[in-house]
Amino acid sequence: MSSARSKSFQILPGFGLSLGYTLTYLSLIVLIPLAALFLRTSELSWAQFLKIATSERAIASYRVTFGCAFIAAVINAVMGTLLAWVIVRYRFPGRKILDGLIDFPFALPTAVAGLTLANLFATTGWLGRWLDLVGIQVAYTQSGIIVALIFIGIPFVVRSLQPVLEDIDLEVEEAAASLGASRFTTFTRVIFPTLLPAILTGFSLAFARAIGEYGSVIFIAPKRAEITPMLIWYRLEEFDYPGAMAIAVVMLVISFFLLITVNLLERWASRFQR
Amino acid sequence: MAGTTQKRWTSGNAKSRRGTEDPWYIRWILIGIAGFFAGVFLVLPLANVFGQAFAKGWQAAFGSLADPDTIAATKLTALATLVSVPLNTVFGVAAAWLIAKFEFRGKAILTTLIDLPFSVSPVVTGLVYVLLFGLRGYFGPWLDQYDIQIIFAVPGIVLATIFVTFPFVARELIPLMQAQGSDQEQAALTLGATGWQTFWHVTLPSIKWGLLYGVILCTARAVGEFGAVSVVSGHITGVTDTLPLRIEKLDKEYNSVAAFSIAALLAVLALLTLGLKTWLEHRQQRELDLAQTSSDSPDEH
Repeated sequence: MSSARSKSFQILPGFGLSLGYTLTYLSLIVLIPLAALFLRTSELSWAQFLKIATSERAIASYRVTFGCAFIAAVINAVMGTLLAWVIVRYRFPGRKILDGLIDFPFALPTAVAGLTLANLFATTGWLGRWLDLVGIQVAYTQSGIIVALIFIGIPFVVRSLQPVLEDIDLEVEEAAASLGASRFTTFTRVIFPTLLPAILTGFSLAFARAIGEYGSVIFIAPKRAEITPMLIWYRLEEFDYPGAMAIAVVMLVISFFLLITVNLLERWASRFQR
Repeated sequence: MAGTTQKRWTSGNAKSRRGTEDPWYIRWILIGIAGFFAGVFLVLPLANVFGQAFAKGWQAAFGSLADPDTIAATKLTALATLVSVPLNTVFGVAAAWLIAKFEFRGKAILTTLIDLPFSVSPVVTGLVYVLLFGLRGYFGPWLDQYDIQIIFAVPGIVLATIFVTFPFVARELIPLMQAQGSDQEQAALTLGATGWQTFWHVTLPSIKWGLLYGVILCTARAVGEFGAVSVVSGHITGVTDTLPLRIEKLDKEYNSVAAFSIAALLAVLALLTLGLKTWLEHRQQRELDLAQTSSDSPDEH
C-alpha cells in the first residue's frame, strides 16, 4: 500500500495504520466514554450542578479525600526521599530486597492491601493491639485512610527520585565540601534543590493516585467519614445518577489538572537532569 | 589543568570520602528509619496476609479456595485478564510505533491522552460505563431491546478492566522505542524487507523485554482491579464476582480465613510479578544500553 513511501527510506511504513488504530482504540475505550460523562452532566443546569457538587455531604467528602491524600502524600514525600537516598547512597545487607519491595504496593491488588492493613491495625491486629495500649486507634478512623494511602503511594516518590539521585554528579558535592560547606549545608543547598523537581513529581503522582483510590480505603475507612469515590458509589447504588455524575466531573477535572501539573513538573525535572 | 587532575588523584580519595559520604551515625539512623518504615508498611502487611490465611491451618486455607463461588471468581478474573491484556498489548505496540517513529502534530497531546486512564478514579471509570451501557445509559435501551447485558454482567467487567489497564504497555514501550530510534528499521527496509517483516524481525526482537515488562504490569493490574469492576459488577455471587470482589464479600461475611486465603493467592502472584519485574528490568537495561551503543551490531539473530 505505502510502498512508495517506504522506498523513500526517510519515513517508516505504518504511519496511517498505527495512527488509525491508536486513535480508534483510544476513542472507543477512553475518549468517548469520558465524553459521555461530560455530556450527561451537561444535561444538568449550572445551578443544579453547583447544588450537588457543593452539597454538605460532598464538601465533607472532599475534605476527607483531599485532607487524607495530602497528609499521606507529604509523609510519602519525606519517607520516599529518605528511602531513595538510603537505597541509592548506602550499602547495607538487605538493600536489594528493600529496593525490590518498594514496588510491592504497585503489584499487590488494592483490595488485598486494604484487607491486610485493616486487619493489621485493628485493635486485635499485630500492630493495632500495641497502638491500642497507648490509646491510638488507626483502623476505622481517618488515620486508617491515611495509612492505606501511604501504602499505595510509597513507590511513586522513591521511583521518581532514584534515577535523579543516581545521576547526581558526586564532584559537585566534593566541590561544595572542599569549599568548606558542611555536609548539612551541602545537602540543603546543593543536593536538595536538584532533587526538588523529582520530589514534587513523586508527591503529585502519589497525591493524584490517593485522591482516586477506592479499593484499599473502603476496607479501613470509618463508617462516618466517607471519601469522594465512596460517595459516588453510594449515589450510584441509590440510582441517583445526576448526583454521581456531578461529583465525578469535579473529581475528573481535578485529576486532569493534576495530570497536567505532573507533565509540567516532569518537563521541568528533565531540564534539571541534563 | 594537569595540577587539578593530579590533586584529584593524590588526595581525591580521602577528600571524596569526607565530601560525599555521610557520617556513620547518620547512615545508620537513616537506614534504621527506612527499615522501620518498610517493616511497618511493606513487610508486616505482607506477612499478615499469610498469617491470617493460615490462622486455622493449611487445610482451612486451601479448602476455602476450593469453594465453587471462589473458583467461579477465579475464572472470571482470568477471563477479564486474558481479554484485556492482549488487546492493550496490541494497542501499546501500535501507539509506541506511532509515537516513537513518527513526528506529527498533536503528538504531545496524544501521549498525555494515553496516560489519561491513570488519573481517572476507578469508581469514576465504572460510573462512565454505567452511563453508557446501563439501563438508563445512552445505549442501554437499545442493548436491552436485543437482550444484551453489559452492566452487571461479564462484558462490563471486561470493559472496565480494559480501561484501567489501558496505558501500561504503551507507557513502557514509548520511551524504549524512542531511545532505540529507527536506524535499524530503515536499514532493513533499505535491504528490501517489507514493513511487516521489519516489524517482526527487527523491531519486535529488540523490544521484547520491555514489552514483556509492560505486559506483566498490565496483568498485575488487571488481576487486582477493584473499584471500576466493583461499580459495573452488580456483585452477583458466582457470576460477576472477580477475586478482589470476592475478598470484599467474604470479609463482609466475617469469613476471615477465606478472604485472606484469596488475598494470599493474589499476594503470591504479586511477589511473582515483583520477581519477574526485577529480572526484566535487568534485561531491559541491557536493551537500552544496546540501543545507546547502537553502532555495535546486536549479537542476537
